[in-house]
Amino acid sequence: MNQQRRLNTGGRIDRTKPLEFTFNGKSYSGYQGDTLASALIANGVTEVGRSFKYFRRRGIVGAGVEEPNAIVQLDSNETSTPNLRATEIELVDGLSAKSATTTDRLGLRRLSSRLSSLMPVGFYYKTLIRPKIVWDLGEKLIRDTAGFGSVPNDRDPDIYDKYHHHCDVLIVGGGAAGLCAALAAAELGIRVMVADEQAEFGGWLLSSSTTIEDRASTEWVDRAVTALRAHPNVMLLPRTTIFGLYDHNLVMGCERLVHQQSSAPGFARECLHQIRAEQVVLATGALERPLTFANNDLPGIMLSSAVLTYLNRYAVTPGNDLVLATTNDLAYETAFAWHDVGKRVVAVCDTRADLAADLINGCEARNIPILREHVVTEAHGKKCLKRAVVALLSNDKRGLVGKSQTLNCDVLATSSGWNPVIHLNAHTRTMARWSEEDVSFLLDATSPSIATAGAINGVRRLATCMSEGVDSIRRLRSLSDDELVLPLPRVDEIPPSRADEVFKAPHWRVDSRAPKQFVDFQLDVTVSDIQLAAREGYRTIEHVKRYTALGFGTDQGKLGNVNGIAVLGDTLGLSMSEIGTTVFRPPYTPVTFGAIAGRSVGALFDPERHTPMHSWHVQHGAMWENVGQWKRPWYYPQSSESMHEAVNREVLAARNGVAVLDASTLGKIDVQGKDAAMFVDRIYSNGFAKLRVGRCRYGLMLRDTGMIFDDGVTARLGEDHFLIHTTTGNADAVLSWLELWHQTEWPDLDVRLTSVTDQWATAAVVGPKSRMVVAALCPDLDLSNARFPFMSVQSLEIGGIEARIFRVSFSGELSYEINVPAQFGLSLWEQIMAAGEPYGITPYGTETMHVLRAEKGFIIAGQDTDGSMTSADMNMNWCVRKSNDVDFVGRRSLALEDYQRPDRLQFVGLETTDPSQVLPEGGQLLKEPTKKTPAAMQGYVTSSYFSATLGRSIALAMVKGGHNRLGETLHCSLRGGGFSQARVVEPSFYDLNNEAQKVNVVDHDADQAIAPITGLQRSTGVTLKTEEVESQTAGVSLRQWRNFRLLTLVGSTGENRKQGNSPPLLETLPVEPCTWSSEDGVQVCWLGPNRWMSLELIDDERSESSEFFASQLGDISVIDTTGAYSVFSLTGPSVNELLLKSCTYDFHESVFRANSCVRTTFAKTQALVINQQNNRIDLVVRRSYSDYVYRWIADASREFGIRLVN
Amino acid sequence: MLRIYCPYCESVRDEDEFHCVGEAHIKRPERPDDLNDQEWGEYLHFRTNPRGEHREIWHHAVGCRQHFNVVRDTETYEIRHVYRIGEEPPHEAVLDE
Repeated sequence: MNQQRRLNTGGRIDRTKPLEFTFNGKSYSGYQGDTLASALIANGVTEVGRSFKYFRRRGIVGAGVEEPNAIVQLDSNETSTPNLRATEIELVDGLSAKSATTTDRLGLRRLSSRLSSLMPVGFYYKTLIRPKIVWDLGEKLIRDTAGFGSVPNDRDPDIYDKYHHHCDVLIVGGGAAGLCAALAAAELGIRVMVADEQAEFGGWLLSSSTTIEDRASTEWVDRAVTALRAHPNVMLLPRTTIFGLYDHNLVMGCERLVHQQSSAPGFARECLHQIRAEQVVLATGALERPLTFANNDLPGIMLSSAVLTYLNRYAVTPGNDLVLATTNDLAYETAFAWHDVGKRVVAVCDTRADLAADLINGCEARNIPILREHVVTEAHGKKCLKRAVVALLSNDKRGLVGKSQTLNCDVLATSSGWNPVIHLNAHTRTMARWSEEDVSFLLDATSPSIATAGAINGVRRLATCMSEGVDSIRRLRSLSDDELVLPLPRVDEIPPSRADEVFKAPHWRVDSRAPKQFVDFQLDVTVSDIQLAAREGYRTIEHVKRYTALGFGTDQGKLGNVNGIAVLGDTLGLSMSEIGTTVFRPPYTPVTFGAIAGRSVGALFDPERHTPMHSWHVQHGAMWENVGQWKRPWYYPQSSESMHEAVNREVLAARNGVAVLDASTLGKIDVQGKDAAMFVDRIYSNGFAKLRVGRCRYGLMLRDTGMIFDDGVTARLGEDHFLIHTTTGNADAVLSWLELWHQTEWPDLDVRLTSVTDQWATAAVVGPKSRMVVAALCPDLDLSNARFPFMSVQSLEIGGIEARIFRVSFSGELSYEINVPAQFGLSLWEQIMAAGEPYGITPYGTETMHVLRAEKGFIIAGQDTDGSMTSADMNMNWCVRKSNDVDFVGRRSLALEDYQRPDRLQFVGLETTDPSQVLPEGGQLLKEPTKKTPAAMQGYVTSSYFSATLGRSIALAMVKGGHNRLGETLHCSLRGGGFSQARVVEPSFYDLNNEAQKVNVVDHDADQAIAPITGLQRSTGVTLKTEEVESQTAGVSLRQWRNFRLLTLVGSTGENRKQGNSPPLLETLPVEPCTWSSEDGVQVCWLGPNRWMSLELIDDERSESSEFFASQLGDISVIDTTGAYSVFSLTGPSVNELLLKSCTYDFHESVFRANSCVRTTFAKTQALVINQQNNRIDLVVRRSYSDYVYRWIADASREFGIRLVN
Repeated sequence: MLRIYCPYCESVRDEDEFHCVGEAHIKRPERPDDLNDQEWGEYLHFRTNPRGEHREIWHHAVGCRQHFNVVRDTETYEIRHVYRIGEEPPHEAVLDE
């Protein structure tokens, strides 16, 4: 197709690069450098969509972000994107777009177009009320017609990326003011970022005919951009819309990368830039306001600035005969340029009487008639603009006088002034004020770290915009004119004179009888709609907005809002400042969910934690339960087993034979220090001070409110050494809780807290035959009840590796929880399976664990409790000290009067009348099976299972006054409306005398020839799958450490260091925060006050033990945490970029120095990032997260390629 | 999202490294048994919730695991002061009781 409206010369398009595209099924061509909108205009397409409510024909109005009509949907496959503005879409070859608003299924909108006079604002609210069915039907129809475009059905195959940046100054907007600010800032050598929503920098200079030093202004732009590119500290972000300015200068921008879609896979389609800017310059410019008059939505009526942009920047003319209707000087440029390309300017209608001589001369020189004090009052045309009706304004400009005249034209460019783009700063809750002089809403104030420059301040002169750009940097950096010198070029321009405050043309008829005068094009809000809203009592702009939908569209009223405010003010007799603006909220323009989600989709949606035995569970077909971020085996179905069958089998194996559970996820906190006993004693409700070394005790941890927070078994490993077990999901919260008490209430206590959850792999060997399995693993261990009693712990070696066995039970059975360092966990598990094979050892998952504990009535904090249960409520006062000698946390609260109420919810068991009926967890309990509401709630079910052991269902519940209601029958409401009868019983169903955990079964049938245990094998946190990611051109090389030792050192260096005779290792500990030091191949990193991590590579055979370190470090506690971490070394040219994608931390060399190491967030989890020599970065991550971290690194590195090094 | 200076790491980090624990300078009563239910309840549950300057405890959970005090304006989110546990807020930050 020919581009009949394309000029032969000019514009910033490349005529040597033609591009083909389709719009609404028809093929067209354009050029490189076009937007979809300019290419459509070039091809003479005037109608780009239909209006939302009235189905009126609409054409392109603007040339940028303000466009309300040309909303299109790109593509039709799974990458289809709705709700894009044609004015912002860069044309690429093969682009396929369709209008988002041309469908009219059912012809409803065509109908509403005819009946528009019967459908005033609020029509739905007023009409579709009674009977109810009218709304039910009406809503369906309305919803069907609502919205723009359609959502693709398939999963989005595209990649979205996210970067975290830090800079000294971020400049938003790359127009004249922004570029000058950037040039000035670059002079200072500070870190500068410049973002602009367009593909090219230059802003208005790309559209304007103004010359700089007698040359086209774009030449100056090119020079400025080249200069900025040459600066190493300047980062330019074209195609990046800054859409939000949040607290502490967090600035969010979205970069469109569609233009490089054709390049290699792994590249993102959009990129979210999360920028932390010390200071921000807002040089966001201004958007032109249209004039409001009758039929002002006809295709062919455009913003004056848009007409000039299409003419100068894209070399297209939207028509032949132009009428310009304006209230200000700037629009004259459009008329002049139109004339200068050889097209006809029919007339310029200016609302003003006195015009600057330059304007008059300019028109006279071109023979353009000027109609002073004239305004366009109505437009005519069927499919597009044919005629404009103009008339003389009365003196107060609120009425018309004399006769109107009709001008034939096909383009009507209008301007009622400019709206500064103050949105971003308004996001920080700054108010806007109306400036009569500038006829604009301007910012009232900015924070000291934000400056504004250029048209955002109402400035209309180019020279002022440029000097304001430089001044903004001077102001932010507190520099005088002499301290920051930037020579600015001479600009040839006519200084604008005062503009008129006219937003809407008067009409001969009252507005409600006149043809529609549109204020908001996208949502079809008219002048009379706003007037009606005002008549109906809506007086604030916020209410009028919500009643009329003014500014509700995807353009958020960028075009129409100020005109709407003016109409409301006029109707109510209030000034612009009295009406004010609606609240500006981010985002400035729509942002895709893809960009916000970034890489955190699919398998990387949320960090996953894996136990050391994870790969075994995968191989053996485990079904998974998510517990916090942990993946835990739920149950292990064999062949075609259902969940119910599998769980029953696992339960019976634990009760009658032997079974094994991966309990590695259990939270573990190492407590050391001289006051460890006193600390644990104060934290738990039952006493721990007198616990003997080597023994364990179950403890309840209360909040100070007396409510149960957590529970678990704590072991005393030494006089000053405890190990606290927490529930899986609470591990982090408990550690923080302990730290809070230690650091704020009891800072004088010598206590060292270290999480060792990831350090220990735990296998719970459970069942009457468990002793035999453990005996096979530990032939030298005396497992008799006398020497290894219930609730005790043994430290020993298994297969040459240090291990701990806890004889505790969460099942009621004889049970041994075997712990080895995590790197040996998989090997231990395999040995257990081998040793247990003769006894039919059965792996079991969390569901069986729950059934077993529920049969015993053991609670799970967080399932049976919800933070509102006291120890008394749970009938667990047996583990609360009676004496007041120690003021443990929560003690005082237990005496609160309210806690003694007999009708509190109390913990009980339930037995259904029908033994096969498993009650729903959360099911509400009632006295009578009634559906009448309100019904008095008696309580609810907290846990419910089928017990294979008992051959019936069991449940645990909270029941009002339950402890005194044993034997009573309650009714549990079921999903679907039924009820199930259940009897209140004691919350314990099995082995009431606790005999099972003491049994001593000897299985003579089992094969006694068990192979002796071999040495445990080390395994790494991640099994690297080379073939999946390996790339020839590697931007990132990754090596996983295999043999290393990692110790956590906690304690005060104290006096030793001061005396100067301390051991060399102690001298090595770095004091400066976030730094490391090294000595003899041992690297020691600062983790916190009195806390370090030492890291060294070791040989395969075991070298010096951690005891050696302990002996060298005096009073400092040394905890072997080798198993708790995985270490990755990263090298290569793209490592820094990988870190930008993964961390919010600022890795600039000025902050992250040669000996820096920081613990910070990494891809939604955390890592210690160590800056090593030779451009190497080491990542120390918790072992359970290492698989997730590795997958993240592989995914984020795809675009530069990754190589795995052994 | 806030930027918070950690007085132990001596660097500014993003809010997602921290956890806000609640109002600062709430001393646990030395002798809880001397308090009646009402007084004990006030220690447990009642907080100032001011508009303007608020002293609160933050925990550098992802970093050094230390708790520290922050004086933050609840209206503008501006952080006025950061100081360690056991230290008193700078003089001008002391709130009118």
